[in-house]
Amino acid sequence: MLAISDGSRLTSRRWRPRESSGRLTVLLFFLPPALVLFSLFVVMPVGEAAWYSLFNWNGFGSPTKWVGLDNYRFVLENKAFFTAIRNNLLIIAASLLLQLPLALVLAIMLADRFRGAVSLRMVFFMPYILAEIATGLIFSFVYDGNYGLLAGIYRWFGAGDAPHLLANQATAFPAILVVIIWKYFGFHMMLYIAALQSMDRNIVEAARIDGASRWQELRYVVIPTLYPTIRLSVFFAVVGSLQLFDLIMPLTGGGPADSSHTMVSFLYNFGVTRMRVGFGSAVGVILFLVCVTFALTYKRWFMRND
Amino acid sequence: MRVLKKAFLAAAGFVITTGLATAQTTIKWLHIEANPAQVKIWEEVARDFESKTQGVKIEMQYLENEAYKAKAPTLLQSRDRPHIIYSWAGGVLKSQVEAGVLEDITALVQDHKDKLSASAVAAFTINGKVYGLPHSVSQVGFMANKELLGKAGVDAASIKTWDDLLSAVRKLKAAGITPLAVGGADKWPIHFYWTHLAGRIGGRPAFQAALKNEAGGFEAEPFQKAGELFKQLVDLQPFQNGFLGFKSQPAIGHFGDGNAAMILAISSFYHTQKVFAANKTGITDDKLTWIDFPSVPGGKGESSDTLGGINGWLVTKGAPKETVAFLKYFISEDVQKRLAGGNFVIPTFKGAESGLGSAFMRNIAKNVAASKYHQNFWDQDLGPSVGRVVNDSTAELAGGTMTPGAVAKAIQNASRQGN
Repeated sequence: MLAISDGSRLTSRRWRPRESSGRLTVLLFFLPPALVLFSLFVVMPVGEAAWYSLFNWNGFGSPTKWVGLDNYRFVLENKAFFTAIRNNLLIIAASLLLQLPLALVLAIMLADRFRGAVSLRMVFFMPYILAEIATGLIFSFVYDGNYGLLAGIYRWFGAGDAPHLLANQATAFPAILVVIIWKYFGFHMMLYIAALQSMDRNIVEAARIDGASRWQELRYVVIPTLYPTIRLSVFFAVVGSLQLFDLIMPLTGGGPADSSHTMVSFLYNFGVTRMRVGFGSAVGVILFLVCVTFALTYKRWFMRND
Repeated sequence: MRVLKKAFLAAAGFVITTGLATAQTTIKWLHIEANPAQVKIWEEVARDFESKTQGVKIEMQYLENEAYKAKAPTLLQSRDRPHIIYSWAGGVLKSQVEAGVLEDITALVQDHKDKLSASAVAAFTINGKVYGLPHSVSQVGFMANKELLGKAGVDAASIKTWDDLLSAVRKLKAAGITPLAVGGADKWPIHFYWTHLAGRIGGRPAFQAALKNEAGGFEAEPFQKAGELFKQLVDLQPFQNGFLGFKSQPAIGHFGDGNAAMILAISSFYHTQKVFAANKTGITDDKLTWIDFPSVPGGKGESSDTLGGINGWLVTKGAPKETVAFLKYFISEDVQKRLAGGNFVIPTFKGAESGLGSAFMRNIAKNVAASKYHQNFWDQDLGPSVGRVVNDSTAELAGGTMTPGAVAKAIQNASRQGN
């Protein structure tokens, strides 16, 4: 027993140093570039923002006027900030309740190979390829109450003057939500199509042989196999909504009366354009905490097995 | 290898020496002018200067107004900053001076600055040091379409007081004409109403007191009353449909297309209403008229007081020495007369206003010259942080989401938070 165990220890001794030194070399070679990039572009900016958020600073020179947590108080006293948070939540709700189901239905329809499937996929994917600013400009023309497509439709039906959707606090953000859904459903559809195509067709056929109806086949076989992809697409939808900025600027710039800001456009408008870098940094830090908390909990709870 | 190396060195040497021979100083000039006709003259002026000055190249860069304001702080602190930048003077200029991103050009312009309007030069002088030169001034007032006013039976010349304006708006509404166009999405076009009213009611003393946070600051009576009077106008629904969704340029175009009778304008809209009109001709001179901002009976402001821009060029830190020479050339009698001849600007060079081609612009020049108190745009004068709050809250007042009292309070709060 002793001899054997000694022998095993010997062999392991002979192996381990080489193995660990090999891993160490790998680490020494491959970790620093990633670590340097990560700290340079992620850790440092976040740390700097946290530092700046404690100053009243207009962005010129270096910050000197220490104000403690005042900037955070100003953010939380600003009613536009809570409108922005509400809008972010609305985007998430619209993504989950409208966009993803729509994408899923289309994906199931277009995953099969039939004439025109590929071109239809392209058509639905097109909005995603379009640049955000271009999309915003296009839709600001579509929604224009005097000359826009919407005005044209109203006139065609003889319905009189079209509403100026983007100029009204009640309609501006819903109008933006429509653009968001239109723009990004194609992306989620593609994710689902990819997942559907890599799915093992044998399971579906087995279900059919067992006499499953089309609905049962979808409900109990196809959609469950898509769960990992759905979880991923929910993750993308939520993070994307938290970051949404470039569609808002050309459409409304956050107006009217700050009713259509997202957190990021709020940050830009109230922090950057007003040269209140400290205030903007405070918003940034809050946004960062929200994103990190979401990403970590979501990964931990929902994507544990993926 | 050795041959290659030699060849490479030779090539490098060649490049360096020829590079030196044609060494050029490039002056980077950032502007925000959207009128192609005026930019064309500027370009010609730049080419003229290049041909007169050996080895200098002038590179023009354009940014849209709002984009420029947002980008300026970052831009100015980068090593690649432009050498000449646009400025409205006021609080923004002050913070740029404090940050040390501008060049003190006092000594270099000593021989030139007395040739320019003293009050305009004063706007670019901080603590006795000159940081830029003014090239134009402007006035805020109502630009009106006489034809549309006539249809509603309104005489432009009869609009003298705020109540006159309100009754004109009522008549226009009754005649089915949109009384006023405004670019509500940009907000600053709306802030002119409130700030000009406050100026008419409280005059210079009220503004100065508010700046020093005396006598209730921006919550003092003149500012409350400005909100109330503006609210009277807003309640008549005088603006075009969807005005809160209009940026300034489309709103100016809306007026230029003859869709609204009046627009509270900067005098430079005289040109831009043509540029942004669908047919590119806009409202022609025979139909266009100017109405000075109405007075408020009992107000402390003189009716000759003007609100308007003082626009100039700043020289940034580390700009090549030829930069100031170019500015002096740009703001010389010849060039100023040429720009005045095209009616693009109210020139700052003394005497150049004689070059103004149109009666419309001569009238503006006369107003500015007669003004004893020319107040810079408030959103510029108050600096970016407080100025934006003025814009935000007055736009909300126009949109019906804020009360006059709340506007005054918001501005006072921002002013106290400071920046």
